[in-house]
Amino acid sequence: MANDPNSMRTTVRQVRYLGSAKSGTHEAWHMRLTSLALVPLTIAFVWIVLSLVGKDYNTVVKALGSPAIAILMLLFLLTSVYHMMLGMRTIIEDYIHGKHAKTWALVANTFFSICVGLACVYAVLRLSFT
Amino acid sequence: MAEAKTRTVSPEARRPLSPHLQIYRPMLTMMMSIVHRVTGIALYVGTLLLAWWLIAAATDARAFDTANSVLTSILGRLVLLGFTWSLFHHLLGGIRHFIWDTGRGMDHPQREYLAQATLIGGLVLTAVVWVVAYMVR
Repeated sequence: MANDPNSMRTTVRQVRYLGSAKSGTHEAWHMRLTSLALVPLTIAFVWIVLSLVGKDYNTVVKALGSPAIAILMLLFLLTSVYHMMLGMRTIIEDYIHGKHAKTWALVANTFFSICVGLACVYAVLRLSFT
Repeated sequence: MAEAKTRTVSPEARRPLSPHLQIYRPMLTMMMSIVHRVTGIALYVGTLLLAWWLIAAATDARAFDTANSVLTSILGRLVLLGFTWSLFHHLLGGIRHFIWDTGRGMDHPQREYLAQATLIGGLVLTAVVWVVAYMVR
């Protein structure tokens, strides 16, 4: 039955109920977790940027390096980078169907998110400790 | 019939497809779903600007002034305006999804009200932030 070439069953259907993968929902859950955290963190980020509009270099550097603002910025940056990586992963899985294109797009997404995240975090830490 | 039996196409390829976007008449809730993804992608790319600004601030005054002059140019301001709107629209869209996660607001006309509130709220918050930005500048 399962090996019948005219079977309308998908390969997933053929293995379903044969055992549990014990994973699969953590991305959806992490999307909710990061979304929840980003509600106050985005407001904090907008507030910080607004307070720095039109300020000179020394004021901006001093403000971004102060503990409270740096911690809020780090929380915002790390949470949003993880959130956007999961979001883009969903978009790629939804719209890119070619096996190789999909794999490379997922790889590029992960690399891009980690690079941008690390660069931002490094900059904030450098502003804090110099 | 005999011909059909010898075909060995994968089961997935022979399964019927559900109708996709081009089949449906455009509706507000559907457009909002698309815009939620589009603003997400815009914010994804926009992190490059934030990274550039932070790195410039961490480098020296000259790098910071360069970044600032590009970001405060007419084109830079338009991009930042779009970034601000994307941020608020996506934020409110996320809150809309939280309301749906509780099982509420999916019926007609509640879902239409939620879509309208997200659309208007995003525009209003963007306007408020930019008015404040010009006032404190």
